[in-house]
Amino acid sequence: MPIGSAPSYNGSRQIATLGGLALALLAAFVFSLALGSIHIPLSEIVTILTGGESAKASWSHIVLTFRLPKAITAVLAGAALAVSGLQMQTLFRNPLADPFILGISAGASLGVALVVLSTGAATGFLSSVGLFGDLGLIMAAVSGAAAVTGLVMLIAQRMQQAMTLLLLGLMMAYATGAVVSILIYFSVPEQIQAYIAWTFGSFGGVTRRQLGILAPVIGAGLLLAGLLTKPLNALLMGEAYAQSMGVNVRQVRFWLIAGTSVLAGAVTAFCGPIAFLGVAVPHLCRSLFNTSDHRILVPASMLMGGLIALLADVIAAVPGSQAILPLNAVTALLGAPVVMWIILRRDNVRAAFAT
Amino acid sequence: MSEPLLETHDLAIGYQSRSTTRRVVVASINLRLEAGELVCLLGPNGAGKSTLLRTLAGMQAPLQGQIQIMGTDLYRLSPIDRARRLGVVLTDRAEVGALSVRALVALGRYPYTDWAGRLTAADEICIDQALAAVGATALALRLFGQLSDGERQKALIARALAQEPNLLLLDEPTAFLDWPRRVEIMGILRRLARESGRAVLLSTHDLDLALRGADRLWLLPPGGPIRAGMPEELVLDGAFQAVFESAGVEFDSHGGHFKVHNPARGCVDLTGQGLPALWTGRALEREGFIVNGPDGPRSALHIEVHNQSGQPIWRLRHAETWQDYPTLSQAMSGVKACFFPAIAG
Repeated sequence: MPIGSAPSYNGSRQIATLGGLALALLAAFVFSLALGSIHIPLSEIVTILTGGESAKASWSHIVLTFRLPKAITAVLAGAALAVSGLQMQTLFRNPLADPFILGISAGASLGVALVVLSTGAATGFLSSVGLFGDLGLIMAAVSGAAAVTGLVMLIAQRMQQAMTLLLLGLMMAYATGAVVSILIYFSVPEQIQAYIAWTFGSFGGVTRRQLGILAPVIGAGLLLAGLLTKPLNALLMGEAYAQSMGVNVRQVRFWLIAGTSVLAGAVTAFCGPIAFLGVAVPHLCRSLFNTSDHRILVPASMLMGGLIALLADVIAAVPGSQAILPLNAVTALLGAPVVMWIILRRDNVRAAFAT
Repeated sequence: MSEPLLETHDLAIGYQSRSTTRRVVVASINLRLEAGELVCLLGPNGAGKSTLLRTLAGMQAPLQGQIQIMGTDLYRLSPIDRARRLGVVLTDRAEVGALSVRALVALGRYPYTDWAGRLTAADEICIDQALAAVGATALALRLFGQLSDGERQKALIARALAQEPNLLLLDEPTAFLDWPRRVEIMGILRRLARESGRAVLLSTHDLDLALRGADRLWLLPPGGPIRAGMPEELVLDGAFQAVFESAGVEFDSHGGHFKVHNPARGCVDLTGQGLPALWTGRALEREGFIVNGPDGPRSALHIEVHNQSGQPIWRLRHAETWQDYPTLSQAMSGVKACFFPAIAG
């Protein structure tokens, strides 16, 4: 990048790019409703969404009951993971940080593994958790994530250095991973398969009723992220400088971790541990907008996260076929090369996190 | 005497790990900072300069005693109130990602802007003034990550200035800079103290710059006690030398700088005019020879620096034989050969 082309400070171009991103998200949203095992024309989708009668009654049913909740879930989850990833990258000043860095997905995995793998046939619980997206799984994931989050928050209030938390999260992930592998070792193949299916991730398991819980929770988390943009910008210079500028670092750190836990915890509970989005989308946004200013990056990450989650979901459903690929495989397999290319081309990670 | 901007009472600084073990670095610190003065904090590595600065910046609570900033206990101020009185430039190599210099300086408006960090017209003016005060107006649209070390330091000082602080604390702002940049940064800081009525406190290892530029020095020997005073007075009463002198290093009270002190290897007479003679003398001193001027005592080895049609030439007399050398390095080899024939081979 030439030296002179620094981002304009009050960039109207950045606002325009944000607008373009919002339009792309809207288009992808409508488009994703049309795709699936049964093709529904775009004009009919618009009719159904605006409350009109579609040509076939089954089309309305398919769109409103299955595809709409799934698309909304994808947008919410993508936005949530991207924003919480951005928060963690800034808080820890680490380009590899993601929403699960504090061990949240490890906690959720442990919860799910405990339920799926340890209940056994005797309780009859297994038959109910075998169904993907069942409430039992969600409860297990929520309690697992909440347990880890609670522990992290407790420690976060006492810690001087954010870096210590990073190591604790890592250790927590190792420990829970060990418990999970012990559980797997003593489980029967059916149980293991049910657990593995959960780890693939999916936006499809969320019903309209569950969306009534997920949407406000994620909305609150995103609102909190919006309120924290000013201290996030100050944290770009590190905690010591932020403190010297008047940031109450301990308080801000607490709220950042709380917000991230809520966002990542909720998504993991309802959709499984979806990797990649949280770490990649903030980098894509920094590249696209060429700035580290969180007043741009937070809305940009929401839009970009939603957009990419939608696209990944469309691709995972393999349009024109009955096959469904694991969501986690799609996000990483298709997304990683793209992100690699963008980052290598722009040399942006070095600019944002020079060592 | 007017009310000082900053005053410490019986301050003890150091580290407290757990509730039982505490390591006091320096105790009984009683210091004042007045408006409009530039103070340099000097001391050998490990004496506690950074600890003292961090404590004065409100980042590390003192083990004992009090810090009053404009009449209020520093550690009772809210973070915002503290940020309005005190701006800092730290030694951490700041990396801020993709921010323009102007955006970086704008971060300094943190204690004044609303929850979203929106800048008012007054904020913009203040940012312009901060950039102008350090001569960084032309850098405003450059990315911070692409600046040279000297430009970065200016941008960081401007950011601290944007907080409109009464007191500016800088931890080794001249480290990593070449000599002209050091002089420039010191000049900027001096002007900031003089013209705006701020107090500027910086730690540095640039003894020469500190002696020439500071209104007062704070001398911190390892373990304390800390001494404050006018630079010239501290040199005259020997306090300055006492803090820094060590084996092999000697303060030259006439030149105002430190010299490497080598054990004497012998005496050499030197005659000649101009720069070639001067630098020949320095080369000899560096090698540990005592140089006798034209009026000094006579020794066995004599060097004359002549000017031969615009080119210097070195003539060595030893044991009544003369030898000419066309370059200084060959002359030095000749000198060593006279004293240590075995080594020079």
